[in-house]
Formats: sequence, structure tokens, C-alpha cells
Amino acid sequence: MFAPFMAHAWIVATLVALVAGAVGFFVVARRAAFAAHALPLGAFPGAAAAGLLGVNPLLGLTLFAALGVIAITQLQRGERREVASALWLALSLAVGTLLLSLSGQYAQGLYGLLFGEVLGISARQVLGVAILSALALGLLALFARPLLLDSLSGELAAAALGRARRLEWVFLLVLALSTVMALPVVGALLVFSLMVGPASAARALTDRPWRALGGSVVLALLVVWSAIALAYLTDWPVGFFVGLLSGACYVLGRLRGPGAAVQTA
Amino acid sequence: MVLTAGFLDNEPMRIALSVGGGAALVCAVVGVATVMRRQAFAAHALADVSSAGGSAAYLIGVNPLLGFLAMAAAAAGIMEWADVRSARERDLLTGVVLGAGLGLAALLLYFDATVRSVGGAAVTVLFGSMFAIPAGIVPLALAVAAVALLASAIIHRPLLVSTLSADLARAQGIRVRAVALTHSVALALAVALSAMTVGAILSTALLIGPAAAALRLARRPASAVALAALIGLASTWGGTVLAYESYYWTPGRGWPVSFCIVTLIFCAYLAASWVGARAERPQVQHPSGCQGH
Amino acid sequence: MSQAAAALTVAGACVTLGGRPVLREVNFSLTAGEFCGLIGSNGSGKTTLLRAILGFVPLDQGRIELGGQGTLPGGIGYVPQKIELDPGLPLRARDVVALGLDGARLGPALPSRSRAERVEQMLAAVGASEFADRRVGLLSGGQQQRVLVAHALVRRPRLLLLDEPLANLDVRSTAEIVALLRRLSRQSGTAVLLSAHDMNPLLGAMDRVVYLASGAAVAGKADEVVRTEVLSSLYGYHVDVVRVHGRVVVVAAEAREESHAAVERDPVHTAPVP
Repeated sequence: MFAPFMAHAWIVATLVALVAGAVGFFVVARRAAFAAHALPLGAFPGAAAAGLLGVNPLLGLTLFAALGVIAITQLQRGERREVASALWLALSLAVGTLLLSLSGQYAQGLYGLLFGEVLGISARQVLGVAILSALALGLLALFARPLLLDSLSGELAAAALGRARRLEWVFLLVLALSTVMALPVVGALLVFSLMVGPASAARALTDRPWRALGGSVVLALLVVWSAIALAYLTDWPVGFFVGLLSGACYVLGRLRGPGAAVQTA
Repeated sequence: MVLTAGFLDNEPMRIALSVGGGAALVCAVVGVATVMRRQAFAAHALADVSSAGGSAAYLIGVNPLLGFLAMAAAAAGIMEWADVRSARERDLLTGVVLGAGLGLAALLLYFDATVRSVGGAAVTVLFGSMFAIPAGIVPLALAVAAVALLASAIIHRPLLVSTLSADLARAQGIRVRAVALTHSVALALAVALSAMTVGAILSTALLIGPAAAALRLARRPASAVALAALIGLASTWGGTVLAYESYYWTPGRGWPVSFCIVTLIFCAYLAASWVGARAERPQVQHPSGCQGH
Repeated sequence: MSQAAAALTVAGACVTLGGRPVLREVNFSLTAGEFCGLIGSNGSGKTTLLRAILGFVPLDQGRIELGGQGTLPGGIGYVPQKIELDPGLPLRARDVVALGLDGARLGPALPSRSRAERVEQMLAAVGASEFADRRVGLLSGGQQQRVLVAHALVRRPRLLLLDEPLANLDVRSTAEIVALLRRLSRQSGTAVLLSAHDMNPLLGAMDRVVYLASGAAVAGKADEVVRTEVLSSLYGYHVDVVRVHGRVVVVAAEAREESHAAVERDPVHTAPVP
């Protein structure tokens, strides 16, 4: 499983876990699980469109992720947050079905985009993922404190910063970046599981925010590495193991830790 | 555009219109309560998770509707059983159930492709196939629709009070958890039904879209339900006919049904929120009187 | 009207939450048509007492009886604390009141003349007719309060509980709501128990007061309870009841600087009148 052809898979999965673990901390803090699901999944028509036009899929994904950020923030006006995510997701997926049916490469491409193809990652893809990870992590480091304050209370952040509404944009932008980078490699569904499970467990293990963020990253790494190893051994899809292990993280977090106590209070 | 004569003589078309209509009706009714209770994410998660049931049904060769139903009900049961009160915990739990369910779907679809060599299972399960619904499913589908509608009608008032405030409901002697559980079961039925028709990942559109559009316009719960039913039915039937017709004016391929339906729903939502925003504007300025915060 | 039928009897009620005693031996009773203030600072146990009366919180000891028939949900009207009515819900004020009448019934409501009339009367009684057809989540705080009172009273309960209904209301709305509740309780014979951290808006209206401090209570007529000796013995340290410009202020006397506990449990933070 450590053969040379697996090297790219390990590197990319590690990068994705680093970013997803860190972003996941804020996804949990901001109750944005639906957006974290809708943005990656809603970007997949971009890949289909790129396939149809014969351009780089990363371009199509970027376009649709950006459209997702705009659509969700715009639809959120005077509407419930989760309805905005749901509507954007439905619309983009509908467009995706149309594009896939036009391009005629229905089944196989779809499965890969949704559930990921860890094997067969090229060196260029690794480089692209590395650059986008650095960008996402940099943005996150820059805005970590305001984002945390905003998650605690939007009014507090508005009082301190004067313009809290832009934080939602920053947050969704980071989400979109991590999406674009992870989608072709690990699939829309896997990256979402990685954001929610480890972060929810980490939050239950400690009361200190930055330690929870670190814990979330460590758990995400453990989940991804074990998932790849298990997938290699069983030949089953990676996405299955990531979903399973992320769910296990959540259950463990709920069984012990201060988070569980807070919840019953 | 001239409708091709006789599309009603077409058997798959008749099935699509009846099952689709049933799904649209149920989704509209259940969807209004779902959007009001802020359960749009849960509804979407149930739909995605139910795709694991659909995949399993292909694997063992049973009626796919049963697969969707079983998995949606199981996921709804887990979410209600965990009895999470705070909004944050509910969001998280929904996310985790969704992630795990999708992982399971990935595995089962993989088995569909490798063990059973059903290559198109992924497409059918995730995106639905209105024109390929077997006739044998129709009675079961319509029965499921009737049960969900009945359950929603029965708990209509207690559910409204619970949505307004759980404490108010309890003070009135309403069993809040039982009512919430009943609603979740109705939601699971609606999700399974729409997953059959427009596919698992697009059933959210059918559940949330018409309801959200109606809630932008309606002033009373009853009119919201009626309006949502109207929008849902019109979009589903319109979309189905549109997709059918599109075979004649696109080169041979036609547009997917789910695309047509969802696009119509989204247009209805945009129109409704535009009209709703215009109607609301003069109302927002409160007349003087006792002022709150 | 029958003479002094007991609407509520609380006898020796004790409640422990998370190992901490929240109510200790609370005793008082209300008769039909009485208007009673439940006064105490934050954390004194007011909300717990109301929730215990509703049957939401089990008693460790003692008993709570309602109008002789035992605790029965539905027989009590309730207005919870800080309820935030969601502006996204398509409910008019009228619909909320109708739900108070038969919201627990199964099945959709059939159109009924008498039901509509009763809702209309209730809306008029609380002065909400003017905004009866507006979306309830878009109404002001005072207007929402009136709608919730109508929601609670439309079933004609024998007892009405209100948890801090005056918090976040301006001076005029406060006076209007108090006068309204007092009038309605007189007319319908409903006993009203209203919690507040400041007793001043209620002084002229209360028939009776239940004063809570750290879970212990004294009850009686306002001028019997709100006295230096009585409240000092309730708090367990000396407090002064001072009357300034017709307002009552309870101050922990000299203990303010030395005793941290006294300051923390300082009952009423009414600032002197401007």
C-alpha cells in the first residue's frame, strides 16, 4: 500500500485532511454543516461542464463553487439559511444532470465526482491541491479570530469589526476553496464527512478553541489515513470508510467529554 | 410549442404523471411544516441517506421503493431517537448521519457495479428515472402518499403549536416528542417517494422548493399548504411533459425530467420571493403603538 | 361567583435540579380572580416554580394542586419567558389565538362560526383587534405579548401563568399590560401568577405577592411582605425596604462592600427613580 503509485494518494489525502479538519472546526462552530455539504456537491456540475467544453475541470469547479458562494449569500436574504443551501444545491444538481446527460458520460464520471477516485492522481493535480490548500489555510489563519467571535455571537463580531456580514463571505470562500481542491480527488461526499465528524469529536474533548481545532485536524488525518489503508486492503470505496470513521468520531465525542455535559444542561 | 398529441396514451408517461403527482402533493404538504420547523437540512439528509436503501434494493433485487423507505425511516428514527434539542447539535447530528449514510451508499453502489454489474444503478438511484418506474410500484407509491398525507393532516394543529414554541405546546397538553416523531415519519415517507421519482439528491427540491416559495407569499398555514401543493403539482407535471416533449425538439436525447422539474420549481421560488418582497415592503413599517425592543 | 375557590395550592414544594436545591418548601395559594406577583431576582427560582406548576419539572417533596382537580395540563394558560415568534412563520395574530383554543386537537380545523367569534372576542379583550391580521412574528414586543396573553386565556383557564412578561417592554406597554391582566382576571375569575424581577409596575395591581429569594418564599399581601423585617429574615441577612417617590427599593444595607454573597444575591436592582 506504500507502493510508488500510491504516493500521490497519500500526499493529497493528507493535504485534504489538514484543510478539512481546520475548516471543519468552523463549520461546527457556525452550524454550517448544510453549507459544507451543499458547496462541494453543488460544484460538481462544474466538472461536468468542463468535460463538455473540453477545458480543465478545475476551472469549471471554481466557477460553480464561486456561483455557490454568491447564490447562498444572496438567497439567505430574508430566508432561512438552510433553505438557501437547499435551493442552491437543488438547482446546481439539476444543471449537473442536464450537463451529464448532454455529455453522455453519465454513470462513471458521476460516481467518481461524488465518491472520489483516490488512485490515478497526477503530479500536476498534487501541485494544484497543495497551492489551494495553502491558500485556504492562509485565509483561515488570517480570519480565525473574527470568525470564532462571529460564531459565538454575530452581534459581538459586528460591534468589534463593524462589518460582520463579510465574514460569512470569507467563510464560504474558504469552504469553496477547500471544495475545489478536494473534489476531483476525494469526491464531494468524502470532503463533507471529513469536515463534520472529526471536528464534532474534537469539540467534545476540550474546552479550548485552538486545541479543539488542532484535535480536529489530527482526527481528520487519522480518519483519512485509516480509510485509505482499509480501502486498499478491502478494495472497497474510500468514501465508505471515511463516512463510517467520521460517524464513529462523532459517537465517541458524544459518549465522553465536556461537550456531552453541556448538551444536557 | 405544440404538445405532441396523445402523450397520455403512453404508459410510462401515465405512471410518471400519477406517481410524480402523488409525490409532489405529499412533498408540498410535508414540506411546508418542514421548512417552518427549520428541518430543510434534515430533509435533504434523509433523501441522500435513502439512496443507500435504493442501492441496497438493486443489490438484493427487491422493490426499490421499499429500499428508499426503509433507509429513510431508519435515518429519521436515529435522528429523533438521539433527541437533540439545540440547533447546533441537530445540525451536526444531521451532518454525521448524512456522511455515514452517503458512505454506505458509496459502498452499496460499488457492489451494484461489481457484484451485480448494474452499472446504471448510481444514476437511477441518485437522479431518478421517472419514465422507467415499473407499473408494479404505483399502488404502493400511492398508498405511501396517502399515509403521509393522513399523518400530516392528523397532527396539523399540534405540530403548528410545537413549531411556535415547545413550551406553549407542552402547557396545552401536547405530547411534543410524539408529534415531532410523527412528522419525521411523514417526512421519511415523502422523501422516499420523491427519491423514487426525481432521484435521491434532487428530492430536496420537491420538498423544500414549493414550500419555501409558498411561505414567501402565504399569510396562513392552510394557504401555504394549498399554494405549495399547487406549485409542486404544476412544476412536476409541467416538467414531466416538458421533458417528454424535449425528445422532439432536441437532437434525439431530450432533457432529464429532474432538470425540468427542478428548474420550474426554482423559477416559481424566484417569482414568489419577488412578489413576496414587494408585498411585504409597506407592511414592514410598523404603525406607532406599543413598541418592543 | 363562588366564594374564594382555591385556584392553586402550593404546599411544601421542593425542587432539586442537577443536585442544587432550586425551590425549598414553597407554600402559598391563590383564589379565583386573584392577581399575584411572583417577585425575585434572576436565579431565585421563579421560572422553576412556574414550570413545576405546569408539571414540566417534577417535585422532590410537597404537592401542587390546581383548583381541587390536581395538575392537569391544558387547564393552565401559560405565557413563556422571552418567546421569540419566528417572522418566517405564516401565522397571523388571529391564528395564534385560535391555536390556543384547540391547538392540541388532531386533524385540521373545520371552519366554525362560534370558534371565530370566540377568537374575535379574545382579540378585542386584549386590544389586539387592530393587528389581528398581521403576521405575528413582525409585531412589536408589546403587541406579541398581548397576542400570547390572548392565546393563553382563550381556553378560559382557571389559572394564568406569565413568566417575566414585562421584561423588554417600555414603560407605557408595561402599564398597559398590567392593567389589562388585572382587568381580565377580575372579569373572568382567572387567577393570575406573574413573575417579575421588579415589583414596582405591579404595586398598585397586586392582590398578593410571592417573594422568592434563593428558592425560599414568603407570600401574603404586598404591604405585609415587602417590609424590612420580613425580607431580611427571608434573605438571611439585613436588607432595607426603602420607599422613594412612591417606588419600593430593596437594598442590601451595609453588607454591600464586605459580603460578596450579599451583593450577588442582592434581590432587586431597582435604580432610584430619575
